[in-house]
Amino acid sequence: MLELKHICVDVDDGNKEILKDINLTIKDHEFVVITGPNGGGKSTLAKVISGLMPLSEGQIFLDGVDITNDSITQRANAGISFAFQQPVRFKGITVRDLLELSVGEKIDENRLCLYLHDVGLCPKDYIDRDVDGSLSGGEIKRIEIAMIMARKTKLTLFDEPEAGIDLWSFNNLIDVFGKLQKETKGSIVVISHQERILNIADRIIVLSEGKITAEGAKDEILPQLLGDQMKCGFCIGEGIDFNE
Amino acid sequence: MNDTTKDLLAIISDVFGEPDGAYNIREDSQCAGRKSTENIKIEGKKDKPGIDIFIKEGTKGEKVFIPACITHSNVDDLVYNDFYVGEGADVTIVAGCGVHTDGEESSQHNGIHRFFVGKNARVIYLEKHVGVGEGTGARIINPETYVEIEEGGYLEMETTQIKGVDSTVRKTGGVVKEGGKLIVKEKIMTHGSQHAETNFTVDLEGFDSGVDLISRSVARDTSTQVFRSVINGNTRCTGHSECDAIIMDKASVSAIPELTANHIDASLIHEAAIGKIAGEQLMKLMTLGLTEKEAEAKIIDGFLR
Repeated sequence: MLELKHICVDVDDGNKEILKDINLTIKDHEFVVITGPNGGGKSTLAKVISGLMPLSEGQIFLDGVDITNDSITQRANAGISFAFQQPVRFKGITVRDLLELSVGEKIDENRLCLYLHDVGLCPKDYIDRDVDGSLSGGEIKRIEIAMIMARKTKLTLFDEPEAGIDLWSFNNLIDVFGKLQKETKGSIVVISHQERILNIADRIIVLSEGKITAEGAKDEILPQLLGDQMKCGFCIGEGIDFNE
Repeated sequence: MNDTTKDLLAIISDVFGEPDGAYNIREDSQCAGRKSTENIKIEGKKDKPGIDIFIKEGTKGEKVFIPACITHSNVDDLVYNDFYVGEGADVTIVAGCGVHTDGEESSQHNGIHRFFVGKNARVIYLEKHVGVGEGTGARIINPETYVEIEEGGYLEMETTQIKGVDSTVRKTGGVVKEGGKLIVKEKIMTHGSQHAETNFTVDLEGFDSGVDLISRSVARDTSTQVFRSVINGNTRCTGHSECDAIIMDKASVSAIPELTANHIDASLIHEAAIGKIAGEQLMKLMTLGLTEKEAEAKIIDGFLR
C-alpha cells in the first residue's frame, strides 16, 4: 500500500507550486488511473513517488514504511517501478542488458523472449539490439514496458504508456496490465488520457493545477469526464481531449 | 617468456599459452617467440628492429599474433612492423601492447606499423593497449600506423586503450584506392592525469573508396584527450568521421575535424558529440535498482563496448 501525505512540490524558489497538499492512498491490487489536463502535475507526482524529483513537504509511505528520504535506488529495491513517458536511449546498451538489469541477474533466453512477446516484439529481432536512436518511439516504448514486466514489483507507475504506440500494441497494453496485476498481485498506477485505459480503472483520480479535483470509482467519475470532452467538470482551466 | 609477459599477453590479445596461428612475441625489445605457417611468413628485419609479415594471396581465415610487451621500467622500445597482405586474402591480425613498470623510470613502446593490403584482400586488425604495474614510472605507448589499400581491399582496425597508459600519441595515415574501404574503431578511456591524442589523416584516392573513423572515449579525473581527423576526398568517395566522448570530473576533450573535398562527388561527413553522462540515463538505471556508481559504470561499459 502506498500512502501520500500532504505532498507539496515547489519550484523556482517556492514561487511556483506544482503539487499542492496531495493526500492519496493506493491500495494493494488496485488499478488506479490518474488523469487531468497537461501541466496539472501528473508526471511530477509519479516522479515524486519514484524518487526522481524531491518533494518540498509531505511524507510517502510504502507498506507503512516511511520512504520520503529514500533514494531512487532504495525505492526501486523496495518495490517501485516506473515506466517513463519518454524512455531513455543509450549507446552500447542492448535490450538484453536492460532486461537483465530489470530482473537483477543473468536470465536464460526463454525468459527474455517471454518478456518481449508480452509487448508484441519478435525476440530474435530485438534481443541484441542497442537501445539507441535506431529504435522508433513505439519500439522503445514497448521495451520500456517489457522492463516493467521483467521487474514485477508491488507498485508500478506508468506515465502515459499509450503515447507513441500503435493501435495493435494498444490492445496488447491492456492485456499487459492484466497480466502484470495477476503476476505481482500489486498495485498499478497509470497516468493516461485514454478512454480505454480509464475504462479499466478501479479508481480514477483527476489532477488539475496541482490538486486532486475528483476521485472515485470509474463508474462515478468516467461519465462526468466524458460528458463534455473539451472541458470536463473537474478541471480547472484547460480541458482534456479524451480523443488525443 | 617471463610471467609478466604471460599476464600481459592474456590481457592484450586473449592469448593463453601458444597462440593459434603465426606469431611473433616481442618482450623488452627482444623476440620471445616466433612461428611462421605455410601461408604466413614472419621474418626479422635486417636494417632496423622489427619484422616483415608476408601473407600469401588467397589465405583464408588465418590469424597472426604480434603482441609486444614491456615488463619493467627504463625500457625505450622502437619497432617497425610491415604487413604485406596478398591479393584476395582474408585474415585477422591481433597486435596489442602491454607496458608494465615497476620503478620510477618510465618505459615506452613506439610501434610503427605499415599495412599493404592487396587487391580484394580483407583484414581485421585488433589492437589493445594497456599499462600495469606498481611503479611510478610513466607508461607510454605511441603507435603509428600507415595503411595502403589496393582496389577492392578492406581493412578494419579496432583499437582499444582502456587502462593504465599515461601518455599516448596515435598517428594513423593512409591511402585508399578504387573501391577500397578503411574502417577505424577507436575506444579510449583516460583517467588520472593521462593524456591521449589521436591523429588520423586519410586520402581517398580511388573511385568509390571509403573511410569510416569512429572514436568513442571517456575522459575522467584531470585527463586530457585530443581527437584530430583529416579526410581528403580526391575523387568520387565517401568519408565519415565521428568523435563521441563522455567527459567526467575535470577532464578535457577536444575534437578537431578537417574535411577537404577536392572533387564534386566526394561526400564527407564529420560528427562530434562531447558531454557528460545524461542524467536521465543514470536515473533510468537507478529505477531498476542500480546505485548511481553502478549505473555510471554500466553506461561507460556499454559506451566503450
